[in-house]
Amino acid sequence: MRDFLLLLADNTQILGHRLGEWCGHGPELEIDMAMTNLALDLVGQSRNYYQYLAELEGKGRTEDDLAYLRDAREFRNCLLVEQPNGDFARTVARNFLFDSWHFFFLQALCNSNDERLAAIAAKSLKEVTYHLRWSSEWVIRLGDGTEESHRRIQDAFDHLWTYRGELLTPAPFETEAASAGYGVDLHSIKPLTEDKLADILYQATLRRPEDGWMQSGGKTGRHSEHLGYLLAEMQYVQRAYPNSVW
Amino acid sequence: MANHSEFPLWEVFIRSHGGLNHKHAGSLHAADAQMALEHARDVYTRRMEGVSIWVVPSAAITASDPADTDPFFEPAKDKIYRHPTFYDIPEGLKHM
Repeated sequence: MRDFLLLLADNTQILGHRLGEWCGHGPELEIDMAMTNLALDLVGQSRNYYQYLAELEGKGRTEDDLAYLRDAREFRNCLLVEQPNGDFARTVARNFLFDSWHFFFLQALCNSNDERLAAIAAKSLKEVTYHLRWSSEWVIRLGDGTEESHRRIQDAFDHLWTYRGELLTPAPFETEAASAGYGVDLHSIKPLTEDKLADILYQATLRRPEDGWMQSGGKTGRHSEHLGYLLAEMQYVQRAYPNSVW
Repeated sequence: MANHSEFPLWEVFIRSHGGLNHKHAGSLHAADAQMALEHARDVYTRRMEGVSIWVVPSAAITASDPADTDPFFEPAKDKIYRHPTFYDIPEGLKHM
């Protein structure tokens, strides 16, 4: 249960932080606000998981300890979410790859035999329904937009494709979670996420990249170099001024 | 921020909880109507302001000219009889 909760918490926390990095840098004021809204949704979701885990541990640790005082090797997020923002197309492609998995994952998690997890999933699903819509619409507009936007979003998918495999490949603790009934069987959601992907790429006039060798390791703590830098910034205040509060 | 010249301007109307009509909330830039709706959701309903959104291309609005203020609005000023304030309301009548 611990690793499974960390996977959910860290995925949303790290992607939320990445989107927060856009604050003040969005290509348009409206898009800037949209991305920071998404960021706040995701960070809010991660808090629900961290709080639950802290309660289960019963060691007096809090959600803040879990988010701010763990090292990269202890993070269980998939590699996709820690990838740098790049240009707007790269961010959109990364979000779409995550959202088109996250949405169906949460739908399935609503049936978890763990009531607390099912409740968190149901609450998150409302937000993620919008996230998926937002990133889908942007994939379509960039893909079916100008020559330059088409090239950039296609490049983004080509670049990020190698991180997609990890989303649908269960780590041992996920297989355990699924068979115990509180997790999600990733094989069952694969066709759904594939259909969504095919539909949106088609509308966007984009080419589905070839399934080649896929990166993995994030779920077991072997991360890309990017996570260390991200955590250095995200955890700085709590590390430099331990136990400081607002 | 980017050059806005490529994104048209949209006017946003929001109907609030329990509100009967949509009210003008502001304007924003968006590539098309669908995106304008989503931007409006993100920019103008973050604090639960609304239950319904309309977006209208700003270019579709024909506005009165400020220079026409006098001929447009001045003549109504001295026609107070157009206000229904000259009737005796029966006592006991509520909700008027």
